[in-house]
Amino acid sequence: MSVNAVEAIGVERRFGNVQALAGVDLEVEKGEFFGLLGPNGAGKTTLISILAGLVRADRGSVRILGHDVGADYRAARRALGVVPQELVFDPFFSVRETLRIQSGYFGLRHNDAWIDELLHHLDLTGKADANMRSLSGGMKRRVLVGQALVHKPPVIVLDEPTAGVDVELRQSLWAFIRKLNRDGHTIILTTHYLEEAEALCGRIAMMKSGRIVALDSTQNLLSRFAGVTVRVSAARLPADWTARLLRREGTIHYLGLGDYAELERLLAAFRTEGIAIDELALAETDLEQVFLRIMAGTETTDDTRPVVTVPEAL
Amino acid sequence: MIEGPGTGWLTLLQKELLRFWKVSFQTIAAPVLTALLYLLIFSHVLESRVAVFDGRVAYTSFLIPGLVMMSVLQNAFANASSSLIQSKITGNLIFVLLPPLSPLDMYAAYVLGAMVRGLVVGTGVFLVTLLLVPGPLSIAHPLFALAFAVLGSAILGTLGVIAGISADKFDELAAFQNFLIMPLTFLSGVFYSIHSLPPFWQALSHFNPFFYMIDGFRYGFFGLSDVAPVLSLALVAAAAVILAALALLMLARGWKLRH
Repeated sequence: MSVNAVEAIGVERRFGNVQALAGVDLEVEKGEFFGLLGPNGAGKTTLISILAGLVRADRGSVRILGHDVGADYRAARRALGVVPQELVFDPFFSVRETLRIQSGYFGLRHNDAWIDELLHHLDLTGKADANMRSLSGGMKRRVLVGQALVHKPPVIVLDEPTAGVDVELRQSLWAFIRKLNRDGHTIILTTHYLEEAEALCGRIAMMKSGRIVALDSTQNLLSRFAGVTVRVSAARLPADWTARLLRREGTIHYLGLGDYAELERLLAAFRTEGIAIDELALAETDLEQVFLRIMAGTETTDDTRPVVTVPEAL
Repeated sequence: MIEGPGTGWLTLLQKELLRFWKVSFQTIAAPVLTALLYLLIFSHVLESRVAVFDGRVAYTSFLIPGLVMMSVLQNAFANASSSLIQSKITGNLIFVLLPPLSPLDMYAAYVLGAMVRGLVVGTGVFLVTLLLVPGPLSIAHPLFALAFAVLGSAILGTLGVIAGISADKFDELAAFQNFLIMPLTFLSGVFYSIHSLPPFWQALSHFNPFFYMIDGFRYGFFGLSDVAPVLSLALVAAAAVILAALALLMLARGWKLRH
């Protein structure tokens, strides 16, 4: 039996009164490009911190490539590369020194061939001897990516890696991460850019209030919630339709519909109640709509078969 | 790419050394100058007024080992504590927490880095003050002097690790330094022999662990001391072991480092 890249069983963690993780089970197979999504405070960073050994779980166990993050921390940490969310750096050193030092911490000396390759892929070759302080935010972010990859970890965790990185560099960064994934590295990604997750991740877990509320392949998630999203601008919604609201921005309402037949019933309701529609547009379901529908759903205890309040027609 | 066991902590040690070496004007030259000023002022004012060891040692000669040891201790503490608190506050400690470094790896690297800084500054102070010493300065028991310098720097490096881990703000670290380390150093007999103190203060000095470090180190120079050097050595070694165990326990628990 092949060992999983990441295996979390019954992971719980509480900070004071906040139950940051309320029993998380998760398996990520080797070679996956896996997305971990959820609103702020859902527990994504806590989960990642437990994988990395920065935070300890109150209950449950976590293994990286079969190595327990507590009992066998050396092997677990060697297998893992983490790009932290915070933009941190050591102001005493240059980019190359930073990467050499990080490499040395993992017991790797004379790693310059790989460091040069990293610098090239991260478009930092010209900045190799520049002090960390002199770099822009986007460059510092790329050095963080380099530090996470310097020991060629088989499992790579990226916690919001593209925050503050401009669009062009984001593309080249993703091209590089994709290449690493093709070369066999397992990638675990958290991001606020849902279109990135949709484009990159083969499988996605959605977290809410310390639990995994949806876990499926990106395709299945999209098709499970296949339907129509209506963007309608009106003073208010017909009374029977307010439960279908996904999101509201002033007088603009986003509604999730099962199919086009429902659209006719919606329009009829507007007519019956005499509400004027200023503007109306349709959109295909994308990951953002799926995300919003799941996050609008009720609490669930089963992480593989989420109980989500969705229209009956779905 | 060469993978070898043990290179992790050596890299951390190397980083610690580079860190102070890159700002050596502040971390080495400045404390040497401070010690030199102490020597100039105190020896000028007190040379003819203070008799130490019944007048067998000139005051300026007496002062030199005290200042050397004080510089060793203060700089060893400063190195470990400031490195840790800076890394904690800027968040870059994560680079040390993510790799497979054991608690012992971290302890050894931070404390050895601190010891090197302390001993380099101490050597610098010694060499500079030699220029000012009236007549040849004897070193009666160099191995004793070395043992106390090494153990003293290890103790203060360890205290620096403990303080750096415990403190959440620069403010708290400064309090540790100003209200604990500084008074204990200044009241340990750097500038005077405790035999010149009233009996109460003399007795109290025996509860100051720093007193034994300074007194033992000075024995290495003059062969004269306020208490038996072997007793000092035993006490200092015991303190080093106890503090090391405490620091290692803190690192192993991940206290204030891993949540």
